[in-house]
Amino acid sequence: MPLLEAADIKKIFGKLTALDGAALTVGENEFHGLIGPNGSGKSTLMKCIAGAEVPTQGKVSFVNTDITAFTPTERARAGMSLKFQITSVLPTLTLYDNILLALQAQSSLFDLVFSRTRGALHDQVMTMLTQFRLADRAFDAAAALSHGQQQWLEIAMALAGKPKLLLLDEPTGGMSLEERRVTGELLQPIKKHCSLVIVEHDLDFIRDICDRLTVLDQGKVLASGTVSEIQANKSVQEIYLRRA
Amino acid sequence: MPKSMSVVREAIAGDEADDAMAERVAAGQAKEQVKAGRKVLPIVEGVVLVAALLAPLVLQDYLTVFATRVIILALFALSFDLVWGYAGIMSFGQALFFGSAGYGVALLARDLDITNILLVLPAGTIIGLTFALLLGGFLLLGRHPSSVIFVSLGTLTGSYAADRLARGWYYLGGQNGIPSIAPMSLGGYEFTEGPAFYYLVLGILVVVYLLCRFLVRSQFGLALAGLRENEQRIAFFGYKAQHLKAIIFAIGGAIAGLAGSLYAFHEGFVWPNMVGVVVSTQVVLYVLFGGSGTLIGAVIGTVIVEGVSFWLSDNYREIWPIILGLLLLLVILFRPLGLISFVLGERERVGSFGARPKETERKTEKQTEKEKRNAAP
Repeated sequence: MPLLEAADIKKIFGKLTALDGAALTVGENEFHGLIGPNGSGKSTLMKCIAGAEVPTQGKVSFVNTDITAFTPTERARAGMSLKFQITSVLPTLTLYDNILLALQAQSSLFDLVFSRTRGALHDQVMTMLTQFRLADRAFDAAAALSHGQQQWLEIAMALAGKPKLLLLDEPTGGMSLEERRVTGELLQPIKKHCSLVIVEHDLDFIRDICDRLTVLDQGKVLASGTVSEIQANKSVQEIYLRRA
Repeated sequence: MPKSMSVVREAIAGDEADDAMAERVAAGQAKEQVKAGRKVLPIVEGVVLVAALLAPLVLQDYLTVFATRVIILALFALSFDLVWGYAGIMSFGQALFFGSAGYGVALLARDLDITNILLVLPAGTIIGLTFALLLGGFLLLGRHPSSVIFVSLGTLTGSYAADRLARGWYYLGGQNGIPSIAPMSLGGYEFTEGPAFYYLVLGILVVVYLLCRFLVRSQFGLALAGLRENEQRIAFFGYKAQHLKAIIFAIGGAIAGLAGSLYAFHEGFVWPNMVGVVVSTQVVLYVLFGGSGTLIGAVIGTVIVEGVSFWLSDNYREIWPIILGLLLLLVILFRPLGLISFVLGERERVGSFGARPKETERKTEKQTEKEKRNAAP
């Protein structure tokens, strides 16, 4: 059984059909790239999976459970995590508290009020910060970070709760070439325990880290397969040529 | 960073390693001191507390009565600050909990002759809590997050409706409210206006303040900060954001209820304005003026707004509301974080959460400082 299965997803905004029967299947420990021209419905499909949008039609299953009607909170508790397209770190909090905020999400109310989990979570906070090369700035406000570092912090926050599936919406947007390379490096180790769905415009980046790709065009799946299969696919080449 | 460069060079040279170490330690200590110097919040809190303790000794009797009223309103302001300043819930109807508790204890005194402080104050708190649970449950506990407009209009409507209800209900005294409430009592002692009542409410304010501070500086406070800054984000972490909101809204209601019952006994009567929009707006102004998101800001805001209104209404009988209005506008325009932001930096205002850093964490903090210094050259 795949980890995530979104089938026949339709999403209509007024007169605009953003998704018209799109589908996505992701296996365990698989890095799956979601690509397609602008307006093809990548971000909308991502939002339907994460629960930020409710699909007009279709079904989303995660770990053998139908989660189509789940709220974002319920999805997060089931093991799904999302990094938004627009960075949404909490700028006034320190990096440390940003990560702690993500880590303590599953703590009980009693533990939160009496601050009973902070001590136990300290090492995990520092491990996450070290893993994402942010440890030396642990006690600075997140607002003081560069754009690229904010993206890393946000990925670290999304990974903090040890999700089974991480949804990344344009993680390298606005990054320098060097930052993109480092982002790829930072993501590799998570493969051992986490699957990834990634929406990204940078095709080189996608090719480097993904196992499988799904190509969307006008709200439908144009092709799905391994990276080499997609590269050889005529119709995919056509839409990218058309765009160029 | 010339100083840190020299520190590193000396360390590398090895000859004066001890000196370098001593210098580093000294630099570290200096930094700690600077950091300690930056902590202005405890100083402000201490000054306010000392001033409050001394007030009845230096004020004339009628001013002590006024000061008691201000302290009760400061308690009320804390309730709004928790809800808005810390959790970002715009409650334009906080007087509903304040006033309904006031009416509740007035009825207990009038109809059942219950004035024992050990019964009336818990009763008022529970009334505030219950109303806040009911209204909060309705406004905040939907399956999807409710919008700011929905919550602010919902609370405003609740407060307005309660005001109209109180005005029209004969049992509650209609327009005139309930006059001549018997004084609060403990054993044979009766709390009438004056220093004893003052120190009672000051004691209650200090206890509630400390409890609020414990709450907002806990890991729960961190969750509230997340809620305030980006509710959607923390829902995606798995927080039950609506539950958190309903909980803090209910706690705010309980504190407002406690303040309302003290107010009813202190003034000796309750009237419809107490549950209405005017008082609801007043508390918003206290908190915005002093500085929302800091507990002491809410207290200072109340003292200053009430003090200035008192003084202005004495000296500029006709135009004082206009002057006060302009003052409030100026503060909100130029100091959106309130008067407290003159002395309190952003970092300290946000603060840290959870227990004080343990030894390991302090080490981490120092290590990161050290790494930074070493990386500088």
